[in-house]
Amino acid sequence: MAILSKEEARSLMEKVISLSKADECVVNLNSVEGGNIRYARNSVSTSGSEENTTLVVNSSFGKKSGTSTINEFDAASLEKVVRRSEELAKLAPENPEFMGALEPQQYQESKTYFKSTDDISPDQRAQFAADSIMPASAKDITAAGFLEDNAGFSSMMNSKGLFAYSQFSDVDFTVTMRTADGTGSGWVRRDFNDVKKLNTGEASQIAIDKALRSRNPKAIEPGKYTVILEPAAAADLINNMMNSMGARNADEGRSFLSKKGGGTKLGEKLVDERVKIYSDPLHPEVPFSTWSSEGTPMKKTAWIENGVVKNMYYDRYWASKQGKEALPSPSRFVMEGGNASLDEMIKNTRRGVLVTRLWYIRAVDPQTLLYTGLTRDGTFYIENGKIMYPVKNFRFNESPIIMLNNLEALGKPQRVEGNLVPPMKIRDFTFTSLSDAV
Amino acid sequence: MGAGALMLPTYLFGKSVPLDTPYSVIDPKLHKQLADVALNTAKSRGASYADVRIGRYLNQYLFTREDKVQNTVNTESYGVGIRVIANGTWGFAATDQVTPDGIRKAAEQAVAIAKANGKLQQEPVKLVPVQSYGEQNWRTPIEKNAFEVPLSEKVDLLLSANAAAQEQGANFVNNALFLVNEQKYFASTDGSYINQDIHRIWPTFTVTAVDPASGKFKQRAALSAPMGMGWEYMSGRAQDKTQGPAGLIFYGNTYDIKEDATAAARQAKEMIAAKSVKPGKYDLVLDPNHLGLTIHESVGHPLELDRVLGYEANYAGTSFATLDKWKAKNFNYGSKLVNLFADKTQDHSLGQVGWDDEGVKTKRWDLVREGTLVDYQAIRDQAHILNHDESHGCCYADSWSSVQFQRMPNVSLAPGTEKYSMQDMIKDVQDGIFIIGRGSYSIDQQRYNFQFGGTLFYEIKNGEVTGMLNDVAYQSNTQEFWNSCAKICDESDYRLFGSFFDGKGQPSQISAVSHGSSTTRFNGVNVINTARNI
Repeated sequence: MAILSKEEARSLMEKVISLSKADECVVNLNSVEGGNIRYARNSVSTSGSEENTTLVVNSSFGKKSGTSTINEFDAASLEKVVRRSEELAKLAPENPEFMGALEPQQYQESKTYFKSTDDISPDQRAQFAADSIMPASAKDITAAGFLEDNAGFSSMMNSKGLFAYSQFSDVDFTVTMRTADGTGSGWVRRDFNDVKKLNTGEASQIAIDKALRSRNPKAIEPGKYTVILEPAAAADLINNMMNSMGARNADEGRSFLSKKGGGTKLGEKLVDERVKIYSDPLHPEVPFSTWSSEGTPMKKTAWIENGVVKNMYYDRYWASKQGKEALPSPSRFVMEGGNASLDEMIKNTRRGVLVTRLWYIRAVDPQTLLYTGLTRDGTFYIENGKIMYPVKNFRFNESPIIMLNNLEALGKPQRVEGNLVPPMKIRDFTFTSLSDAV
Repeated sequence: MGAGALMLPTYLFGKSVPLDTPYSVIDPKLHKQLADVALNTAKSRGASYADVRIGRYLNQYLFTREDKVQNTVNTESYGVGIRVIANGTWGFAATDQVTPDGIRKAAEQAVAIAKANGKLQQEPVKLVPVQSYGEQNWRTPIEKNAFEVPLSEKVDLLLSANAAAQEQGANFVNNALFLVNEQKYFASTDGSYINQDIHRIWPTFTVTAVDPASGKFKQRAALSAPMGMGWEYMSGRAQDKTQGPAGLIFYGNTYDIKEDATAAARQAKEMIAAKSVKPGKYDLVLDPNHLGLTIHESVGHPLELDRVLGYEANYAGTSFATLDKWKAKNFNYGSKLVNLFADKTQDHSLGQVGWDDEGVKTKRWDLVREGTLVDYQAIRDQAHILNHDESHGCCYADSWSSVQFQRMPNVSLAPGTEKYSMQDMIKDVQDGIFIIGRGSYSIDQQRYNFQFGGTLFYEIKNGEVTGMLNDVAYQSNTQEFWNSCAKICDESDYRLFGSFFDGKGQPSQISAVSHGSSTTRFNGVNVINTARNI
């Protein structure tokens, strides 16, 4: 099924709702068309495309609910999926946290869909790969990359008259470049809603340069270092912190936001006052849907302002129990920064380590948000404002909370994995061991 | 990637089906007719080889917390994947239209894709031969099909375990049950028609204890293992339990969820006041339900031949275990005690099947023999690189819609040959730490440097377990670590660890794999303290 217009989606879902015999009925209609191309050893290894449309019907009787899914849309199939969800609801155990259908809401419009991305052809994907492989092989570098694009729509309707609809498109590109002697490796990522912004040749050149510059790294002692985390390196740790900002865990005493003696750190200063993190579904560079999976409107929300915790996420159940407004977790965030470029940040550093990206990040302690992981694909030693030489990769053990308290400087934010994140200079970042991995 | 990635890919959730749908399998005769449509179409369009997988994948997942059922998921996904070689190049296409017409179109598309990709191909695909097996059937040797157990019985068991933990003072219990059934029909132009019915089960929970006064909270995960078994895994037979020090109970081929949840609550509370570890070098005694993950990350992944060759360079990475090390025949992977083997035939394991997803009969083979690297994991189009004349039989796709590729078989550490129990091992350690269960895990992209945590940690002093420890993680290098292997308990202590959602490839596919071992001692490993203040 192609991307349905708002009115086409509404009309189909109205038909489904009209078949319902349950106390309440919630319908989701989602469609995605996507494609990908993967290459390794300077040659395309796999490519494919996928199209998937699903109609999800949730019926409820009191606090018993059942969900059924189908990908056929004739009258008999629609009847079948509704009846199935009703049978399932009758069989299901009662869920005391079941919230029932939401009243109709008003949603803003966000520019999340670009036809250019929806229209990517297999030939275009092959060209994106070729633009990445050719400059690599010209320099005896081995490229391994992956490009994936998706476009589609999401929509929701319930028996109380709520209706939500949005379209989306995304393209994500990563490539790893390795030198023939196996001692150098570089990497780059680019992701956009609009594929017109993607230039895999330009991006690949950055990874090629990093691979060449990172050959024959020197071992330096692990310990506490001033680091400059490129946006891709910083984003992973910040994202982990953002994903842990649920109010329920904090209220239950099992979160980094829980406080000794009870209560939470909401309203308290958590990190350096220059830290400002918010989400805005209408942000032109990192837009996202203006409604959540529960149908709650998504609005511009401050999460950390001047280092203070301003908000935590509440799902509808926990919000009602705590007497709060539901505040869904955003799918994208913006961390504000400054105007300094990465080069300027390096220039202003007497001694430090430049980190391209972090890898295999895993939680060590949920109480302190301690994470471990490694640097990868381009780690360099900086002295007196210059990159002096590549260094071997480090294992780190660090908490984003400690890291954001040790903030020295923020640079100009860039889009990474859907978020806007600045490069950041951090003092006393904890490297605990060395790795021989390239 | 890692063993524990619990991000469930959405494509695995096929259509929802009612929870009371009677369990059924599809008649293989119908599948044979459909398979022949695929093979004949591919050949007529110019394919030199074709295989077809008709797959029906059933999942049932239950999620509970405390006295509530949060979610029940019951799904079915049914479709066909067709893989061909044309002009020396692979092509693949899949469809959910399991009809002669749908299959014919997909086969044509697979050949067209192969021919298109052939223009970019640098070396033609070379397959090692495989025997023609004719018509075959294989089923996971289960005693009781978990899909046929009423939902109410499953819910009652989970909620009773939650209640048991709360009675012992647990503040929170999150408890989940995962059931998977893969009904797979494979056929190829090599003359095999293989019908397989594969079952897996994983009960798991996390118990949380909160101490509001100190603001501390601690979590204790289940000591179960995901298994290639049916509902009989939940029977908790006495003969499958091993008693350890400090009241610990370890589970083998069956599991007692209520008993474990009770212990978990007690231990989570004990953790709040437990001593923080002093960093330094310790002799580690590693329980099989912990060591399995270390084997997975430091042996299983680096010996995947596609990683070694660079096909995973942009995602999971490459490998330190390069071909020159294997060719030298003297690469010292571990101490002389270390024998690591791959085995797709091991009973109760997650990776056990009769034939792999390209029709190769499964087997056992050595990876590291008496400490020396001797082999990798290779499938039909890779085996020639190792001068092998047959595949290892470790090709897998996680869905009919995914293309099959090399996946990790069960990789295990052979038990010690002399009689030696876990208690004997603890008695012989002067200054050590006993680590139980899986915890935080991280390893670099070539599998040299790793850091592992665990579920439970106990201090060993002069041959005795003296108390619980907190904040423990060990860091090592793969080769250094396996060379510090000093002693392995005997076969009577051998147990399986499992990884239910191991990720690999782009787009990512999951697979399930077990790792067996007996309790094992590693000398002088670097332990760090992970406590921080925020």
